[in-house]
Amino acid sequence: MPPPVLTGLRADAVVAGYDPRRPVINHVDLTVPAGRTTGLAGPSGSGKSTLARVLALLHKPFAGSVHLDDEPVTGFRHRTPHAQRVRVGVLFQQPRLSVDPRMTLRAAIGEPLLATRAPDVAERVDELADLVMLTSDLLTRRAHEVSDGQLQRACLARTLALDPGYLICDEMTTMLDASTTAALVGLIRDYQARTGAGVLAISHDTVLLDHWADHTVRLTSGGVLDASSAPTTTT
Amino acid sequence: MVTELVLDQVSVRFALPGATVAAVSDVSLRLRPGQCLALVGESGCGKTVLASALLGFLPGNAQVSGSATLSDEHGPTLDLLTATDRQLATTVRGRRIGLVPQSPASHLTPVRTARAQLEEVVRALRPTEANPRERADSVAARAGLTPQDLDHYPHELSGGMAQRVATALALVGEPWLLIADEPTTGLDRHLVDGLLDEFRRLVADGHAVLLITHDLAAAQRVADRIAVMYAGQLIEIGPPDSVLDDPGHPYTRGLGRSLPDRGFTPVPGMPPLLTDLPPGCSFAPRCDHVAPDCARRPVLTTDTEHAVACHRPC
Ligand SMILES: Nc1ncnc2c1ncn2[C@@H]1O[C@H](COP(=O)(O)OP(=O)(O)OP(=O)(O)O)[C@@H](O)[C@H]1O
Ligand code: SF4
Ligand SMILES: [Mg+2]
Repeated sequence: MPPPVLTGLRADAVVAGYDPRRPVINHVDLTVPAGRTTGLAGPSGSGKSTLARVLALLHKPFAGSVHLDDEPVTGFRHRTPHAQRVRVGVLFQQPRLSVDPRMTLRAAIGEPLLATRAPDVAERVDELADLVMLTSDLLTRRAHEVSDGQLQRACLARTLALDPGYLICDEMTTMLDASTTAALVGLIRDYQARTGAGVLAISHDTVLLDHWADHTVRLTSGGVLDASSAPTTTT
Repeated sequence: MVTELVLDQVSVRFALPGATVAAVSDVSLRLRPGQCLALVGESGCGKTVLASALLGFLPGNAQVSGSATLSDEHGPTLDLLTATDRQLATTVRGRRIGLVPQSPASHLTPVRTARAQLEEVVRALRPTEANPRERADSVAARAGLTPQDLDHYPHELSGGMAQRVATALALVGEPWLLIADEPTTGLDRHLVDGLLDEFRRLVADGHAVLLITHDLAAAQRVADRIAVMYAGQLIEIGPPDSVLDDPGHPYTRGLGRSLPDRGFTPVPGMPPLLTDLPPGCSFAPRCDHVAPDCARRPVLTTDTEHAVACHRPC
């Protein structure tokens, strides 16, 4: 199967949240174009993570639609068709919540590869670990035996294992020191340059977004995109 | 009696099958009321392990050496590294030293509201408190939360809210020393500023704050001294402006240059292998100043206000 043409990950008029009477985000249109980094800023509680989860196909919106490379997304979470699910990678703020503490880093990084029955998993894991600067001694450790920053690097390796066309980074670097942040952002940029992937970078840190993203949009506290910050339409 | 916590040559090793992790090596520090010390350094350099060692939260495979002597008028003088878990639980944690843990969401009990957890700590630490509910509200306010925020279950809290709940939990017992491990994670700028102001207020009131943080700007704003750790060792300590704007250690200089608005260039090379540290300077494999004398381990100069552990400071 040829790789799909990357035309963008797009939310149209999305309304989403946890209680239909009080949606967290309201009629949001947002496109994450391929090959570029879109920054998403906004105050705490404005719904950045909810929007991230919708675009990561992990949270079903109450209304509106999501398109992945022009294909409509018909199911979210475990209902997402496999082919679509592996196209979108996601990294969260708290790596502790997304890895089983008893799992070794090697197993955690290899998990998605095993699930797709990829060949040469061990070699591929070594490559990925190298890419995210995890030293070999860390790979045999269990998640509870490494620091938060080390675990976050393992999560990035795991996410890149399936060559996603889109990467959603929700406060990915808040756990990391400045140097590791710069290194991981550099890595994601290299990956982007190689694959043409689109990135959504969500952060509280506007200085970081100014230097990382090609353009940044803001969610206001009412869960709507701030029009004045809307991206100049890419055609 | 002087109120202080004195760390003398604190080291922590983890025994793993076939390897030993040198997580913290020979850290000496003094913390006193009215001071805020910020501890910064690469992820994995040992900051959290050091904090855990002081509160007796290390896992079973840890070996600790050195001493950490806590003296104040609230209890017996105690070496925290050899104290029993019971001593720590009944006389230290929450009462003399409060801890805001890193990744607080994973420490909160999922089935009880933030309020239930906060009020429980109020009852445990302040048994004479007539109105635990009010006390919980007032501590929560100092951490930047409204009373309504407290009525949520942990899974309903945003990362930044869980962070503030953890801060409130640590403030309840009015410990003279607060150790806060990445307390600004996930907070908006104005909340970060509010929390830093609260820390400054605590310090002005005669508390001490050990702030572990990746946010160098926050460290510079709030701290009286900044300590930089690399590979488990303290490699530089001094007044914030002098450490950050005129660093002596090549690693500290590299850390500054990796800030988004100061070059965004990472420190070159791989993080150190804590299971196999070089015998001399542990930064040598990544250092552009390295010289033959770096094969001897540099020690922190002790006589100066701004101390550096490097044979050829910048
Ligand atoms: N239980 C354990 N067994 C073995 N090694 C451990 C254990 N816990 C932590 N470590 C190691 O000790 C070192 C220090 O970890 P620590 O959590 O203190 O880092 P940190 O400086 O707090 O990092 P971060 O900034 O990412 O939070 C790391 O290399 C980590 O992998
Ligand atoms: S002691 Fe030597 S290797 Fe270590 S930081 Fe200083 S100059 Fe570099
Ligand atoms: Mg830590």
